Order: sequence, then structure tokens, then C-alpha cells
Amino acid sequence: MEQPQYIVQMNNIYKSFNGVKALKDVSINLQKNEVVGIVGHNGAGKSTLIKILSGALHKDTGSILIENKQVEISDPKDARNMGIETIYQDLALAGNLDVASNFFLGNEKSRFFFLRNKFMKEESKRVLQEMKINIKSYSVPVDFLSGGQRQAIAIGRAIYNKAKVLIMDEPTAALGIEEARRVGDLINQLKKQDIGIFLISHDIHDVFDFCDRIAILKNGELVDICVSVEVTKDDVVSLIIKGTK
Amino acid sequence: MFKDRKNFLYYLGIFSPLIFLILLILIFSSLHPRFLHPLNIFNVMRQISITGLIALGMTFVIIVRGIDLSVGSLIALCGLVGAVIAKGGLVERFSVGVDTELANPWYWALAGSVLIGLLAGTVNGVCITKLKVPAFVVTLGGLSAYRGTALLVSDGGPISGFNEAYRWIGQGKIGMVPIPVIIFLVFIVLCHIVLKYTVYGRYIYSVGGNPEAARLSGINIDLIITSTYVITGFFVGLAAFILSARLNSSEAVAGMGYELNVIAVVVVGGTSLFGGRGNILGTIIGAMLFGVLQNGLVLLNVSSYIQQIIIGIILILAVTFDKFSKSVRQV
Repeated sequence: MEQPQYIVQMNNIYKSFNGVKALKDVSINLQKNEVVGIVGHNGAGKSTLIKILSGALHKDTGSILIENKQVEISDPKDARNMGIETIYQDLALAGNLDVASNFFLGNEKSRFFFLRNKFMKEESKRVLQEMKINIKSYSVPVDFLSGGQRQAIAIGRAIYNKAKVLIMDEPTAALGIEEARRVGDLINQLKKQDIGIFLISHDIHDVFDFCDRIAILKNGELVDICVSVEVTKDDVVSLIIKGTK
Repeated sequence: MFKDRKNFLYYLGIFSPLIFLILLILIFSSLHPRFLHPLNIFNVMRQISITGLIALGMTFVIIVRGIDLSVGSLIALCGLVGAVIAKGGLVERFSVGVDTELANPWYWALAGSVLIGLLAGTVNGVCITKLKVPAFVVTLGGLSAYRGTALLVSDGGPISGFNEAYRWIGQGKIGMVPIPVIIFLVFIVLCHIVLKYTVYGRYIYSVGGNPEAARLSGINIDLIITSTYVITGFFVGLAAFILSARLNSSEAVAGMGYELNVIAVVVVGGTSLFGGRGNILGTIIGAMLFGVLQNGLVLLNVSSYIQQIIIGIILILAVTFDKFSKSVRQV
């Protein structure tokens, strides 16, 4: 049997905050063209795990391998350079800036310190249109766009930056039904482009709809990783609450 | 239809300082024949150039959600350091006359003044970002400490009497245009370009709009925030030197209350105290609004007490408009 190609391997990760153990010996991996859901109660350690991978937090011990190479991720820029892009629930965009500014935030295209606004606008427009995202005005602050459109901008930015690993933190939490469905389409679309996705969600339906495997965390420990077609929703809920099926 | 009305109100909010400025100019020019005389216009420009220069820096600070209350006191300190350098100490402090000899030329005084400004700005910025003390508190401390240092440096009294080259920076003209106005115009253009067209300017807006998003995007937000206080410090140093050159004197009580004038100018110009919004052109309009108002009221012989009341009311109105225009556009 062929050895699976992992883009991310997180091995034996420990993390504590002021003596409180947030993560205990958590190991998780991710393949290309795969969506892995991470579920659990508030405080189960989902966000901590993800923030370690995205560079916002540092692990205490354990190792992280990206494409079978051991790496140290010391800040969000590091993670980005390794192809790890994070889509935060509400933190990703500066609401006062327009689409292109957000699209290239922290990665501005310039010539002698001067912004290449026209180029950035065209590029962001091109990428978003390829994703079939319809945005009426590219020049208004993104605060005036809908939640779904903003989520799409954040995802488009990740794609444009050649993400290999996409971390999505509650991507549908702030959205209406129709918009959540659009984001779901996007996830399926992305999966086909050799990208691996970690999806953190409270919504058990989302997780079952989009994920190939589901990792369940409880009190900082990995309870189980199951293949979603082999378990029922009740099984997963039971794992989240009791830690057993 | 309703949405059009909303947009109308939004733009009314944005352009209200400009509309108000134009109204004031129309009123004053109809009430006083000499108001629109070029001499008077340049007079207004020269009057606003000191607060205006500092307001340029303050615009950066307020866009990143900061505030700098220490600028008034820092004017005194910077101006005095410049004067002490020019005089080579405190011995010749009162020698006033046409041919006053200076121990050091004006540019050393200017350099010293600016250097102190940069230094104080750095101290402000580092205290805010690294010690995590709110900007309001840090710069309130600066307001007291810099004034105290100024009193200490000058031993309480003024230092007066500079040579012609020194005074020229504050009092001279090229053609009809006063030197401070020329300096002001140069930095208006510079700041406008930096804020609007450079990567650094984009960082300023992103940090002001959503510091967390900026940080997660790999922007060094501590550095960006600190830099805005350093820029303000630079302008304070420059403005302090121009002020001392214009008055032919530096003293420890100079710039008293300027911080409030500067903040008023920036806020009236449409820069949001909540951060992320504002621009240099607005700040210029804010500065001109106050300049025109003061000048017009003086020409019309309105008591300076009443002037202060009017300025206070305008400040509150401007912020009300700002909040109002923001709320109507939450579509």
C-alpha cells in the first residue's frame, strides 16, 4: 500500500497557559485534497492547536512537519511563508479598507515603497471572479460588504498566496444560510486544488458535509479521529460530550 | 430613494468641514472687505502653520487609534533646547538686538530641537507599545514631565534674542509667502503622499482599522504605532523652532494648551478618534477652519472669550457629524 502524502504532521503537541494544560500529547495530520474537521467544546483546545500551526502561539513541546520537513513556526509570517494560511472568523480583515487593500494586507505590491493600487485591484478582481464571487463595488470599505463576501475575500487571499494548508476557523458562524452554502461550495472547490484544509466548527452538520476525517478534542486531549463516512452524527456528539461512542 | 438620502447624509457628513469653511469665508468676506486680501490670507496661513505642522503628525497618531497630549509641553522643551544651543548656554539669554551674536548657527538649534522631538516621540511610542500603558496616560505623563523639563532647562525664564538668519525662518518671506507657510506646504504634500500612496501609509490605516488583523498579516504593529509618535515628535521639534524664530524668544510656558488645539484641528478635519479613518486634506481643512474663524472674529472685533466658546461648540458639532455620518452608512 502506498504511503499517504502528508502536508502537515503535528506530533505530540503540548501547550499550557500558566500551569493549565491546554493541549496534552495531541497528534494530528493532514493530506492533500483532504478536509479534516476539528471539533470539541469551548476550551477543548481547538483554537490553541490551530493557533500553534498558524504561528500565533508557540507550542511547549512536540514537533511540526510540513511536507515531511521539520519546521519551527515562530510568527504568522513564518506560517504564511510555509504556505499555511489562516482564515479567522472575524479577525482577518480591516473593515476600513477596500477589497484590494485587504486582499494584499501585509503583502502589498509596491514599486519604491509606492503602492501599485491598480495592479492589486485587478489581481484581486481576477482571483475573486475566478472563484465566482460577485462583488458590486471594489472601492468601498469591506465593512459595507456582506459576511459571505468578506469570507470570500479572506479565502481568495489565501489562494492567491499559494496556500498549501488552509485553516478555517468557524467559516460559516457569522453567515446566513445562503452564504454559508456558498462558502461550502468554495471549500469543495478548494479541495480539488491540491490544498489540505483544517476546518474548525461548532456546527456538526458543516463538519459532516465538508470533512473527510473528524478529529475530536476534549479537555486538551485528542479523543479520536474518525473517517466521517464511517460514523454517525450521534457518535461524534457523544465523543465530544462523553469522550466515548 | 431612502438609500439616496442616506448617501446624501453620508457625504454631507464627510464634506461638512469643507462646506462650513466655505460658508465662513463667504460670511467674513462679505462682512469685512480686507478679509480676502492676499496679505490677510497669508497671515491666516502663517498663523495655522505651527498647529498645522503638529496636526500633520497627530493625524498619523489618531488614525492608529492613539492620542498625543504631550505636544504642547514638548514645544516648550524643544524650543528651549534649540535656544540654549544657539546661545551656547544660559549666560547670554536676554541679549536682544539687531546684531545679536549667536554661539551656534540656527541650523544647530533646529537640529537640536528636532532631535529632542524625535527622542520624546520614541519614548512615548515605546512606553505605549512595550509597557502597554494607554496612550492617553503615557502622553498625559509626558505633558507634565516635558513641561517640567522645560522649566528646569530654562530655569523658568525666557531665552530671547536671536540673529537675523535664525529669525528669518519664522518671520521671513519669499515674495509674499511667509517661510513657515512654505515649510507647512512642503510637509502637507509629503505627508499626503506617504499616507495615501505608500506601503507605510497602508499599514497605518490597517493598524487603525483592525490591529489584530494587521498583526496576523505579519505587520509589526508596535513599530508602526511607535513611528507615528516619532513623526509627531519630529513635527513638534520643527514647529517649536519656527515658533521661537517668529517670536525671537523661547520660553518654558510656550505651547500651553496647544495639544487641545491640535487634536481639535485633526478631529474637526474628519479623522476618527476610533481609528482607521482620516486624511491629511481633512486636517488641512480643519486647520484652516480654526484659522479663518479666529482671524475673522478678530477682524470683526469679537471678544476672544467668545471665540473660545465658539471653537468649543464647533469641535463638538464636528464629532457629532462624524459619528452621525458613520452610523448612516451602516447599510
